[in-house]
Amino acid sequence: MEHKDLVIIGGGSAGMAAAVAAYDAGIKDILILERTEFLGGILNQCIHNGFGLHEFKEELTGPEFLTRFVDQVKERGIAYELEANVLSLSKDKVVTYLSAKGKTEIQAKAVIMAAGCYERNSGAIGIPGTRPAGVITAGQAQLYLNEFGYMVGKKVFILGSGDIGLIMARRMTLEGAKVLGVAELMPYSNGLNRNIQQCLKDFDIPLYLSHTVTKIIGKEHLEAIEISQVDEKMRPIPGTEQRFDVDTLLLSIGLIPNNSILDQAGAIPSSTRGSKVNQNMETSIPGVFSCGNVLHVHDLVDYVVEEGRQAGAAAAAYLQGKEGKSEARIECVPGNGIGYVVPSWIDLEQAGDSIPLKFRCRKPSKNVYISISFNGKEIKKMLKLAMIPSEMEIMKLPKNLLDSNQGKLEVSLVAKGE
Amino acid sequence: MKDILIIGGGAVGAFVARKASSYNLKVSVIEACQDVGDVTSMANSAIVHSGYDPVPGTKKAIFNVKGNRMFPQVCKDLDVHFEPIGSLTVALNDAQYQMLLPLLERAKENGVPAELLSAEQVKAMEPNISPKVKGALLCPTAGTVNPFTLVAHAMENAVDNGVKVHLGEKVIGIEEKDGIFVVHTTRRDHEAKVVINCAGLHSDEIAAMVEPIDWSIKPRKGEYFVLDHYAKGLVNHVLFPLPSEKGKGILVTSTTSGNYLVGPSSEWDDDKEDFSTDAPTLANVKEQALMMVPNIPFREQIRTFSGLRATPSTHDFIIEPSKKYPNFINCGGIESPGLVSSPAIGEYVIDELVSKVLPLEPKESYNPKIRPYLHPATMDEQELNALIRKDPDYGIVVCNCEKVTLGEIKDCLSRSLPPQTVKAVKKRTRAGFGKCQGGFCQPKVVMLLAKHFGCSPADILYDNQGSEIIAKEAK
Amino acid sequence: MEHILTCIVCPRGCELHVDENFNVTGNSCPRGAIYGAQEIRDPRRTLTTTVKCRGKLLRVCPCKTSGTIRKGDQFRIMEIVNQTEVQPPVKMGQLLVSNIGDTGVDLIATREINE
Repeated sequence: MEHKDLVIIGGGSAGMAAAVAAYDAGIKDILILERTEFLGGILNQCIHNGFGLHEFKEELTGPEFLTRFVDQVKERGIAYELEANVLSLSKDKVVTYLSAKGKTEIQAKAVIMAAGCYERNSGAIGIPGTRPAGVITAGQAQLYLNEFGYMVGKKVFILGSGDIGLIMARRMTLEGAKVLGVAELMPYSNGLNRNIQQCLKDFDIPLYLSHTVTKIIGKEHLEAIEISQVDEKMRPIPGTEQRFDVDTLLLSIGLIPNNSILDQAGAIPSSTRGSKVNQNMETSIPGVFSCGNVLHVHDLVDYVVEEGRQAGAAAAAYLQGKEGKSEARIECVPGNGIGYVVPSWIDLEQAGDSIPLKFRCRKPSKNVYISISFNGKEIKKMLKLAMIPSEMEIMKLPKNLLDSNQGKLEVSLVAKGE
Repeated sequence: MKDILIIGGGAVGAFVARKASSYNLKVSVIEACQDVGDVTSMANSAIVHSGYDPVPGTKKAIFNVKGNRMFPQVCKDLDVHFEPIGSLTVALNDAQYQMLLPLLERAKENGVPAELLSAEQVKAMEPNISPKVKGALLCPTAGTVNPFTLVAHAMENAVDNGVKVHLGEKVIGIEEKDGIFVVHTTRRDHEAKVVINCAGLHSDEIAAMVEPIDWSIKPRKGEYFVLDHYAKGLVNHVLFPLPSEKGKGILVTSTTSGNYLVGPSSEWDDDKEDFSTDAPTLANVKEQALMMVPNIPFREQIRTFSGLRATPSTHDFIIEPSKKYPNFINCGGIESPGLVSSPAIGEYVIDELVSKVLPLEPKESYNPKIRPYLHPATMDEQELNALIRKDPDYGIVVCNCEKVTLGEIKDCLSRSLPPQTVKAVKKRTRAGFGKCQGGFCQPKVVMLLAKHFGCSPADILYDNQGSEIIAKEAK
Repeated sequence: MEHILTCIVCPRGCELHVDENFNVTGNSCPRGAIYGAQEIRDPRRTLTTTVKCRGKLLRVCPCKTSGTIRKGDQFRIMEIVNQTEVQPPVKMGQLLVSNIGDTGVDLIATREINE
C-alpha cells in the first residue's frame, strides 16, 4: 500500500486551495485526486465572470479564476491525479480509488474531503407528469453548451431561481434561445440580486415568484409545462395554471453536497447533508477534514477557497502534531430564523483567536440582529439591514468571548426592537 | 420468410425468442420501442414472486411457480443480478393476521414454501417494521431481480443464437394468406409461418388484427418512489401488505442495486401511453408505505416513475393460439407475476404450442449462456488490476454515483444487441441511475454513443423517436 | 426623474438610486457609484461566451470581451463570435478578435486549451 501524508479528494477550488495552504504550512507529501479530466471542478463550465472579487480584487471568469489556483498547485509541484475516482475512505484513512492505473489504496495520515456538490434534479422533487427528454438540470445544460458547444433547446423555461439557472437564462438567450420565464417556489429569489438584473431584467425574462411547475407535458420530448401559483404553505392554487409551450425545462432547484464517501466512512452527517465539522473543518473522524460545497453549499467561490485554506492549514497542523486531543466541545446550533451553522462543534483549545461562523437565514429578513448566545447568554450581537437565504453570512467570533470549553452556542435572529 | 415472428421485445418476447433460438428456426422479433424491455417489463416492482398468492390452478399460479424455480439458473446463465431475499406479507392488525392463514393454505396448494411468523420473529428480521406488526407470511423463494438486464440479456442471448431483432418498428396490420402471415410494420413487411403476439399492453390490439377477440387489456397504472442506497438495511425482505382485489398492494423492498423501491399504486387508466405520475397518488403511496415501515427516508428519493400493468379482462394470463389460427399465438395480459413467469412462458409457448405447428429440431450450437459481463465494482483488487492493465477503460469512471466505468459502457456497445439510446445504456450499465440522475455522466454517454454510431450528438435519443437531448450545435 | 437599479459590480447587489444629474446613492463602494451613473448614461456589459475550438476533450473555447461593450451590442457581437474559430493550442488571454465589431475592445480566450 502506498502512503501519503495528505490525500485531498477533489481537485476543484476547495481542494486546490486546501492543497496550497497545507503545502505552504510545511506539508509536502500531498496527493490531489480529481475524478474528471481537469483540475478546477465545476468552475470549468462557469465561463461567466464575477468570480474572485474578494480573492483577487478583480472580476474573473470561472476558468480564469481556477487557472490561478492550478498555477499555484503546479508552481509548488503538488502531485495530482486526473480521472481518479475515489471509491471509499475507511475510518483509519485508507483511500481507495480507481483510475487507468488500476485500483489503488493509499494509507493517508490526513484526508481532506473537497468533492463539491451535485444538482437537485427532477427525480428528487418528482414533478408530476411525464418524464420526457428536455427536462434537465441547469448545470447539465451549461456543460453541454460551454464545453461541448451544444444547445439543449430553443424554447426554454426555468424552474428555480438559483444562480446557475439565471446564468443559463442569459447564456442561452445570447445563443439564440427564447427563455420564456423563471418560476420560483419561494416569494423571493434564490439567486444573487445582480443576476436577477443582468441575466433576467437585461433580457426582459419574467420571474414568477411563488410559482412552481405543476405539470410536465410531452411523451417523448417536452412539449409544454404548466406552472401554478402557490399559497403560503407552498401548495399550488387551483385556477392559477399557466401553460408555456417549451422544448426545455431547466432545473435550478438547489445543490446537494456530494458527501457519500464521508457518509459511508461513518462521519457524523450534518443537516446540510455534509458532515459535521469543528472550527478546524475536522469531521468526527480524527484527521479527516471537509471543506467547500461538499460541506455546505456556498454562494461565492471566494468563500470556498477561504474554507479550503482553513482545512488545508488545519490538516497541516494535525499532521505536525500541533493539534492536541480534547473531548470537550461546544455545540453550535441554529436558533430562530437560522437554517444551519458551520462549524457544528467548537473545540476551544484547538481554536484560533477568531472563529469564523458561517450560516444562512431561513427567509429574507430586514433590520435584524444576528445574536450569538453561549449557554443561554448573549455574547455578540450585530445589526443587519438585510439578509437573504441565498447569501451565506460569515461572522468572526473572538475566541475570548467563550468562557468554557463546553455548552451550547446558538446563532439566531432577533428583530430590531425586541 | 421467417419461421417465427415475435411481436414485442419485452420480458415475454425475450424469453420466447431465447427458447425459440434453441431450435433450428429462423426467428425475428419486432419491437416498437428503441430498446427491448422498455415498457411494462421495465417499470414494475422487479420482484421474483414466490407464487403463494395467485389462485391455484390458474395460469398465473402455474407459470409463476415454474418460473420461480427456473430463475436461479436463468439468472446465472444470463448474468443477471438476482437476490433471493424472500418476501414477508405483513399483518398490521388482528384481522389481517387472520387473513394470513388462508394465504398459507394457498401457498401450500401452489407448492410454494411458506411459513407463518410471529410478531417477534418479524421484528427480529425487520428492525424497521411498524411496531404494530402482528405477524407475517414468509415466502423464502421470493426475491428481487434486475429487470433491465433480465430482458436485455435474454434477448442478447437470443441474438447470439441467431435471432434478429428489429427495434423501432410498430405493427400496423396483419394478413393471413395460405397459412402464412404477412405482418406490416411502420418500416417493412415480414412474412412468417408462426406469429407470437407478445405485445404487452397492446396484445389485444394485435390479436384483433387477425380475428375478433373476446378479451381486452386495460392498463392499470402503478406509481413508485425510488430511494438512493444510503438507507442500508432499511428492509431485508420484500415487504408486502395483505393482497386485495387491487393487487399485491404497496410494497417496500430493496432492489438488486441496493436502492429501495416503494410502490406501486393501482389505478385504472384509459390511455396505454400515459406514464405520468401525479402528486395525490404518490402522496397516498407514501402514506400507505409508512404504515408498514414508519421511518422510510423519503429525503433520499432520487426518482418517481409509473408503469402500466397489462391487466386482462379475463383475470388470468392469456397464453393460447388464436381461435382460428393455430400458428398465431397470443401471450396477453401478462401482468404481475409476469416477470417471474416469463422464462416458463417462453418454454411453454415454444415446446407446447409452436411444436404443434412447426417441427422443432434442437440447435447443436445453441448456448444458453451469455458472454459474461465484467463487474469492476465487485471484483477483487488483483483481478480488477489485471483487467485494467489489459484495458485501462475499466479504470475510468464515467458515472460517479454508480461507479460505472468506460470499459463497461464500451463492452455493451460491442455486443450483439448494443444499446442505441441513453436510456438503453442506463438500463444495462446503471450509468445515470444514481442520485445525480445523469447530471454529470449523461453528456459523456451522449458523446460516446455519437462516436460509436458515427452520428452527431444531436441525433442521439434519450429513449424513443423524438426524444433527442440536444437541439442543435451552437458553434 | 430618479432611477432605481440593482448594482451588478459585485455579488452584494446594492439597490442604487440615480438622480437626473447622475448622482448615485445606496451604493456601498465607489465602484457602485461609477456603475450607477454609467448604467443610466450608457449601460455596458462584459460579454462572456465561447468560440468554436475543436479540441480533443473540448469543442469550444471560453472567451470574453477584454472590456465592456454597449449592452445593446451584445447580440450583434455574438454574431461575430459565432463565426470565429480558433485552433488548439489556445493560451489564456490569447487574442481571438481584435476590436470586435468596432467596440474598441478585443475578444480574448479565458481558458488554456492544449490539445
